[in-house]
This record gives sequence, structure tokens and C-alpha cells, in this order.
Amino acid sequence: MIINHPLLGPRDAQEFTYLGDASLMNRPDWQAEGAAKAFHDYLYLRDNPAGEHRELWFHEQGDRSWLVVTRNTVTHEILRVELARDVALAEPALEAAQ
Amino acid sequence: MRYSALRLIKESLTGHKGWQPQWRDPAPQAAYDYVIIGGGGHGLATAYYLARQFGGQRIAVLEKGWIGGGNVGRNTTIIRSNYMLDGNEPFYEFSMKLWEGLEQELNYNAMVSQRGILNLVHTDAQRDAARRRGNAMILNGSDAELLDTGGVRAMYPFLNFKDARFPIKGGLLHRRGGTVRHDAVAWGYARGADMRGVDIIQNCEVTGFHIEGSTCLGVETTRGFIGAKKVGVSVAGSSSRVMAMAGMRLPIESHVLQAFVSEGLKPFIPGVITYGAGHFYCSQSDKGGLVFGGDLDMYNSYAQRGNLPVVEDVVESGMSLIPALGRARLLRGWGGIMDMSMDGSPFIDKTHIEGLYFNGGWCYGGFKATPAAGYCFAHLLKTDRPHETATAYRLDRFLTGHMIDEKGQGAQPNLH
Repeated sequence: MIINHPLLGPRDAQEFTYLGDASLMNRPDWQAEGAAKAFHDYLYLRDNPAGEHRELWFHEQGDRSWLVVTRNTVTHEILRVELARDVALAEPALEAAQ
Repeated sequence: MRYSALRLIKESLTGHKGWQPQWRDPAPQAAYDYVIIGGGGHGLATAYYLARQFGGQRIAVLEKGWIGGGNVGRNTTIIRSNYMLDGNEPFYEFSMKLWEGLEQELNYNAMVSQRGILNLVHTDAQRDAARRRGNAMILNGSDAELLDTGGVRAMYPFLNFKDARFPIKGGLLHRRGGTVRHDAVAWGYARGADMRGVDIIQNCEVTGFHIEGSTCLGVETTRGFIGAKKVGVSVAGSSSRVMAMAGMRLPIESHVLQAFVSEGLKPFIPGVITYGAGHFYCSQSDKGGLVFGGDLDMYNSYAQRGNLPVVEDVVESGMSLIPALGRARLLRGWGGIMDMSMDGSPFIDKTHIEGLYFNGGWCYGGFKATPAAGYCFAHLLKTDRPHETATAYRLDRFLTGHMIDEKGQGAQPNLH
């Protein structure tokens, strides 16, 4: 698989390590009511879809950036690659805007 | 139809015209007592043990494609009972005992071959860990023998003993482990279940559950609605997809695992060898092919094929352990979808929905577990209580803190 890095261009997926579902970026609030249950769901439960999947890849053998890759788990086709930093910064702004 | 040498002689003299299909191809009935989703090894074994232990029930196995077309036909055929933790080892030992009696029980040649599994160790720390695991196995009624370098050399003189980086310091030998003809396991259980009245319904995909309130009343399928008092789901890599239809999220990720077979060679590796310094395991089939595998591809996947970097990685590991492997040509490679759980251990449990039961999360260890998983799932379906060897396989164990993490990797499914 080739991952089209937003800064570095197309790179072999072998340069990356894989973490998992991109929802791992959204850590629950540890002070909220029911935080224990929220952390259980966050840590252990997964949507695990067959089809489009947003996931975290780390460019370990490259610029050591975290990427959010949208990939089809049935065909291995990569649909979109974003810097995780941009995604993380955009999401609170999105929430604030709503 | 029972198989025997006499029958074989008779058929060979009459042109083999008397053999019958091994199971029927029935149309689905409107309702059953038990519906098992998934016609793989586990689903068929579940139906078989349900019918054998608790007769007089109406049981159906629903399979999307053809039986035995998933992971039971895609593994490296290894059976073993060499786990360490209390939640696991009694279960796998129970499974091994069922393997030992399987062919007589099913009257079916599954080629169960207890040729021994050798887990190599390359450091002092690994040897200590192997000794500890061996003791845990013996305490649970399994067998284990710690070999030194000389002992390993006597068994497998062709291994790379000159490797300065990963010297072979010995190995943990589990003599009762071995291999089984994987397809014959599915076929044997299918035939046994069919003989006891189980309807095996192929080309019948489940498209939804009929749940009223918090009770499951049956399943919607591509061949119409089928009512059921109890529904058991046993679908390995598709676990998350099927349970999502019941609104459940599971502690499971699906990953692709590749396996390989070389061209046929003369007898070379009598048992099963696993490498301790890389992820690599190898045995030789009765046809002569070296059957081997290694790591997952590491990313979520539902494609039953992997990518080339892992092929290279597995073969590198193999070459560093068995240099002679480089002379053999690779004949075939394939991929299967593993239901990787968050602690590397499986689930055989009720769900919060009345009448809906789940068996899955087997990671790469589902094949060896086939008989016991079927037996224990049948026990749970019938009695609503876990079998005594499967009490730890709860779906809520991450909430209660009772993980069964053999490798101590934490909630990172691709590392188990």
C-alpha cells in the first residue's frame, strides 16, 4: 500500500506503524459522570467496519507525524490522508461552531 | 453411511458408485429451536454437540457461502494445548482431549497427527518463561518437556544453530500437539451433525435479527425469515459486522493473516517448529508442502488477501531459522480474516439480548479450539451457563478487569 503523505508525497506503508481506529484521538473526559464506562468503550470497543475506516498511522521511519488515513478495509484502497494534527485542531473548532 | 475398510473394498470393486453425499441440502424451515449462524468449524461443531448431547431439538446452521469456506479452510492446521493462564489452559486441554477422540467419534478420517510442537527459545529469559509455561501446562493436565540445545539438535539438525544474534538455547516440546487435516474437520462435523438431524443451510446469508424488546426471536436471511428460540453467532472475522446488526459493538478488530505453502518436498520436518526470535511457525503436510505463517498484516482488513511486505517478512524469519527453506519455491499464499480481541482471548458468552449468544474473538487460535469451542458453546446455548472450562470467556471482562492476556500486550489487538 502507498500512503500519500500530505507533506512528503507518496510513501510506502512499510515506513508507517498502525495504531487503529481514529476515534482513539477523542479521549473521554475523565471528570465526567460515567467516565469509567466511557473509558471502557473508548479503550476496548470498536466499530470495526467492513468498508470505509478512518485510522491512525504513525510515520515512524519518516517524519514521525501521525496521519489520519481513510481506507477501505475490503479493498485496501486509500481514499484520503490528513495530518492528525489538522484533524484534531479542526474538530474542537467544529464542535464550537455548532 | 458409515465408513470402514470393508466398505472401501466393496466400493472399489464396484466402481465407487455407491457413495452418497455426506450431508443433505435442505430448504430452511420456518422455525428452529437453535439457529447457529456460521457454517465454519466452530458453527458445525456447535450444532454437532448440541444434537449429540441434547437430542430431540430442531437445529439449523446458516452459512452465507459454502461450509468450511472461511478460516477452517485457511489456517495452518496446528492443534496444541500449550497456554499458560488459568482462564485458557483448561479449555485448550479439554479441546486437545476432544481432538484425540475425534476420528473415532465422528467415524471420519481427519488425519489427527500428534507429531509434537517445539517452541524454540533463544535467550535465558525466554527459557525461564518457557519453563514457567511448561509447568502451568503440566499442572493443567497437558504435557511439556524442556529441551536443551542438544535435544533440539537431535530432533532438527538442519536449524540454524550458528546464528550469533539468536542462538537456539533450547525449546519447549509439547508432544501431544500436532496437525489435523483442516477441511476434514468441517466435513466430519457437518456429516455428524447432519446424521443427527441438523439442517445445514448453505447460501443463506443472515441480513438482520428480529429483536422485540430485548428478546431475539429469529433472523432475517436471504432465504426468508427463520424463527429461533436461541440464536448462536459463530462467524469469526465477520463477528463485528453480524453483531452490529443487533446493535452491539465488540472488543474486536478484524485483521488479515497470511499463510503459505511451498512445493512438495520429501519428508523434512516431522513436527511443528515455532521460532522464538521472529514470528514464524512451520510444519510439513502429508503431501510434502511446507506450511508456514507469521505475523498479521497489522492493519484492519476484511480482504481475504494480504500484501507483499508481510510475505517478505515471514520468509525472512523462516530463512533465518531454516536456511534450507531458501531452496524451496513458494507454491501458494492466502489470507484469512481474524477476529482479534483486545486481550488475545476469545468470548463464549450470552449477550444482553435474550436468546442471542456469541462465540468469537479467537484471534489466530480458532482452529485448535474447534472441538471445545463447539462443545462449550453448545453447553451455553442449552443450559445458559458456561461450561466449566470456559467460565472466563465473558464479554464484559474488560469492564470488570478480568482480562486474559497471555502476551501482556494490552488493548492493541494486532499485537496478540
